[in-house]
Amino acid sequence: MKTLIAFLAGLAFGFGLLVSGMSSPDKVLSFLDLAGAWDSSLAFVMGGAVLTATPLFLLARRRAQPLVGVAYDDPDRLTIDRKLVIGAVLFGLGWGLAGICPGPAVVNLVLAPGKTAAFVIAMVAGIMLSARLRRGGA
Amino acid sequence: MPETWLLALAGGVLIGLASGGFYLLAGEIAGITGVVRRAMSGPERGWRFAFLGGMVVAALIWLATADVAAATAGLETLSLPILIGAGLLVGIGTDLGNGCTSGHGVCGLSRFSLRSLVAVGVFMAVGVLTVWLVRHGGLA
Repeated sequence: MKTLIAFLAGLAFGFGLLVSGMSSPDKVLSFLDLAGAWDSSLAFVMGGAVLTATPLFLLARRRAQPLVGVAYDDPDRLTIDRKLVIGAVLFGLGWGLAGICPGPAVVNLVLAPGKTAAFVIAMVAGIMLSARLRRGGA
Repeated sequence: MPETWLLALAGGVLIGLASGGFYLLAGEIAGITGVVRRAMSGPERGWRFAFLGGMVVAALIWLATADVAAATAGLETLSLPILIGAGLLVGIGTDLGNGCTSGHGVCGLSRFSLRSLVAVGVFMAVGVLTVWLVRHGGLA
């Protein structure tokens, strides 16, 4: 059941990225380009997503457990530490260079595998490298 | 041609429904960083592959029925070094920071997480600064 729900959620998520234009690096970079011909549409993506998700998260908070499954799997890290900030800086740098974040990378791998493969392989290598550094006690 | 802001809003609502609905139903955070990372290694890989599978099927349907060039506009102009460099930075950054635009941006903000608010502020600011340096700062 959880697998089916995950599939449907992934389906809606994927269509959301494609319908909104979030999969287009041009759109993302034009949104981040405040000094250029600013494209405001991604503010509507983020705004629409957060405004829709917030009541659902609030509803979930009023229930002891999810409708399917035994417990909420909440993030266990709560503190704002150096790792969080350094990670966000590096992610912002990569996002600003190519206009691709992990979700669009997944759908673009299907739509334009030639160009996206290099990004995704590098991204997976980056995740593995970072995981290795973290295990080393960094 | 439908209004782009309307499509952006509709897509955002779909993403919000997927993220909030998935948490309400299954109790999991639909952050793509975490889904990809734990699909690579970790417990409960099954539903994570199913989630990614759903995204792939959405893209396949789009490929068969809709405008691929518009959906991926700008991708064709990115050079290989930029794609590799940006991919590495996104991989390391999202792993260290435990989230990206979906995990921190959508789920985190919707859960009123202060950690996510800080992460979103930082990656948005750095993204804006990076684009400014590349497009207007003579780094292109």
